Amino acid sequence: MSTLLECKDLTYTYGKKKALNKVSLNLESGKIVGMFGPNGSGKTTFIKLVTGMLCDVDKCIRICGEEVGEKTKAVLSYSPDRVPFRKESRISDLLDMYELMYDDFDKKTAAEKLQELKLDVTDYVGKLSKGNAEKLLIVLTMSRKAKLFVLDEPFNGVDPVARENIIRIMLGCVPEDSSLLISTHQIGDVEQILDEAVFIKEGKILFHRSVDEIRSETGKSLADAYMEEFR
Amino acid sequence: MAWNLDSDKPIFIQIVEKIESDIVSGKYAPGDKLPAVRELAVEAAVNPNTMQKAFGELENLGLVHTQRTSGRFVTEDRKLIDKTRKELAKKTAAEFLTRMEELGIDREEAIRLL
Repeated sequence: MSTLLECKDLTYTYGKKKALNKVSLNLESGKIVGMFGPNGSGKTTFIKLVTGMLCDVDKCIRICGEEVGEKTKAVLSYSPDRVPFRKESRISDLLDMYELMYDDFDKKTAAEKLQELKLDVTDYVGKLSKGNAEKLLIVLTMSRKAKLFVLDEPFNGVDPVARENIIRIMLGCVPEDSSLLISTHQIGDVEQILDEAVFIKEGKILFHRSVDEIRSETGKSLADAYMEEFR
Repeated sequence: MAWNLDSDKPIFIQIVEKIESDIVSGKYAPGDKLPAVRELAVEAAVNPNTMQKAFGELENLGLVHTQRTSGRFVTEDRKLIDKTRKELAKKTAAEFLTRMEELGIDREEAIRLL
């Protein structure tokens, strides 16, 4: 086991508002980690900094020992909280684009997964339902051999059956020594796939612990622990 | 279908119980090869590390053994399987009686209901 992501004293402000306040967080390899907190607690800001969508000015973040940049983007696979593809693209165009953009993209596996999920590669993105568009995004994201996968709200507007499909894709695709960071409000859905949970509130990490520990110490499910913390 | 797991009991214990009962019921026969950790984790929709931990526990119990190159197998020790069956039955009976007690039904009345 090694440290995949290191973050030390990360502060980020939008104007006067502190979105993140001295956040320190380390993620080990081979873990599935859930990040939970109310809207506006800083989850997406944190993810955007890790993925390089926002600039980590003070260089507080290291991924596989590197500052956020080209090298870290090559080992990190990210799905944003909104499906980012143009409506006019066909699924097959996106497969080609991912193959072109990422050396570690496995087009064959991606095509197989899409077929399993009954998505037709000749379809246009604009014609897909919300759930199917999300499945497409997750398949593309998870078909890379990345070290760190970061999924921001992967279940947005997705029905329960599709959520289970998406969870299966995640579990089936993530390489053994890679890690998965998932930010979601659907705690109950991801609870049984998590190794660790991070609770974040008003830009600060409340705690980062093993889910088994939380459950055995409190005798509560993670979802109940969340309700208690934030109610 | 994802396995039906309770949210307030450690998941790995529930997985151990599920596989124990699959062995006892003959879904996995003595000497059968078990699916790979990853495969079962995806089927159950649980964390692969948790599934690994459950397999470790099943190995400790002697119900499952690993052959280094060829995978994991169900024990051929039928005595052990019988013993496990009895233990699971006892546990289930105890749970039943506890539940009956909660309903205000004593042991004798519970037996009559059966």
